[in-house]
Amino acid sequence: MCDTCGCNLTPGNRHLAYKPVARGATAVSVLKGLLAKNDDQAGHNRAHFDRRGILALNLMSSPGSGKTALLEATLTALKGEFTCAVIEGDLETENDAERIRAKGVQAHQIVTGTACHLDAHLVHDALHEMKLDGVDILFIENVGNLVCPASFDLGQHLNVTLLSVTEGDDKPAKYPVMFRAADALLLTKTDLLPVLDDFDLDRAEAHLRNLANPAPVLHLSARKDAGMGPWLDWIRVQLAQQLARVAAGQSRRPAIQPDGARYHHTEA
Amino acid sequence: MHELSIAQALVEQVEAVIRTHHALRASLIRVRVGPLAGVVPELLAHAFPLAAAGSRMEHAELALVKAPVRVLCERCGAESEAAMNRLLCAECGDWHTRIVSGDELLLESVELETAASPSPAS
Ligand SMILES: Nc1nc2c(ncn2[C@@H]2O[C@H](COP(=O)(O)OP(=O)(O)OP(=O)(O)O)[C@@H](O)[C@H]2O)c(=O)[nH]1
Ligand SMILES: [Zn+2]
Ligand SMILES: [Zn+2]
Ligand SMILES: [Zn+2]
Ligand SMILES: [Zn+2]
Repeated sequence: MCDTCGCNLTPGNRHLAYKPVARGATAVSVLKGLLAKNDDQAGHNRAHFDRRGILALNLMSSPGSGKTALLEATLTALKGEFTCAVIEGDLETENDAERIRAKGVQAHQIVTGTACHLDAHLVHDALHEMKLDGVDILFIENVGNLVCPASFDLGQHLNVTLLSVTEGDDKPAKYPVMFRAADALLLTKTDLLPVLDDFDLDRAEAHLRNLANPAPVLHLSARKDAGMGPWLDWIRVQLAQQLARVAAGQSRRPAIQPDGARYHHTEA
Repeated sequence: MHELSIAQALVEQVEAVIRTHHALRASLIRVRVGPLAGVVPELLAHAFPLAAAGSRMEHAELALVKAPVRVLCERCGAESEAAMNRLLCAECGDWHTRIVSGDELLLESVELETAASPSPAS
């Protein structure tokens, strides 16, 4: 405990505490994630999902790497097997939600305006507009952006990061925060590989391993319906694991949390 | 980018600290940012005055402290410094590592001015 204000200090974070300062001012030390509020809301969202036995997947990628196309193909393939629902995050339009609804699947569009990522509060508002009873899998298509979405927990269980082969295989090295957050990496638009001479699937995977990320790497083309099997199987396994967790009263947070500070080591 | 919403969250937290301590205003706000936090320090520094305008910290200095990236190796147990896109163990080169520092975004401390203590020369 810190004598100045009673906030939590541990052996690991003590060196971060502010030292007593010159007269005329009072020093206060606080150690608290700036995103604590978002995390609280995300936990609440996750409780909504867990109570209903829903698996929530967050899809992240740069703009146009094929999230909506993948969803269209996935929803078609899973039709009759599971009940799915989709939350679409987009800066301006309803286009993506309309594409999903055309598949006969419930879709709610969050128009973020200027915000370049979804946050837990936006998702919560959307959840209360949706019919969640009977839903098995909720897909959240995040705003196309390789930076911000990775920093905000939405209440999902897993992150799926897409990298299309037209973007270059070094994206994980350039945007490590996003790719470190991936629970699965999908290399998309593989039907275009024959016309691209510089995208190496193995090199993309090696860049992911450099981030200490053990996530499975799947290759697929939503357009040509190639490589969809392993992706659909991955979803099935994740849903089964989610149902097992729910039955055991457990939950799962995705890999994103900037929680390294908890293990902070004292440095000189 | 989302730095404005982070700046707004920061203002709310500092506001709570000011309230809890019955202070007049904040004069110095220290935030520790790791390179893996997904936040661009320069953008946060630009966003802060916008978020703080009219609040009890509008004249406060925002000090951004940059944290190093460090990883702990699950294979050999070594802890070493790493580059943000190469989180490999510096000892054995393995990629089975865990980040122990570098992804934090923390409000580290706030310096307050209280009614009892007249603010020095301002
Ligand atoms: N060749 C090929 N093109 C694809 C594939 N998947 C998507 N595309 C095309 O890529 C473009 C973008 O696809 P979308 O599915 O809208 O991408 P998105 O990630 O949802 O885009 P935003 O929501 O704007 O970020 C469209 O022109 C698609 O037809 C694919 O597997 N192969
Ligand atoms: Zn889309
Ligand atoms: Zn609710
Ligand atoms: Zn953002
Ligand atoms: Zn090692």
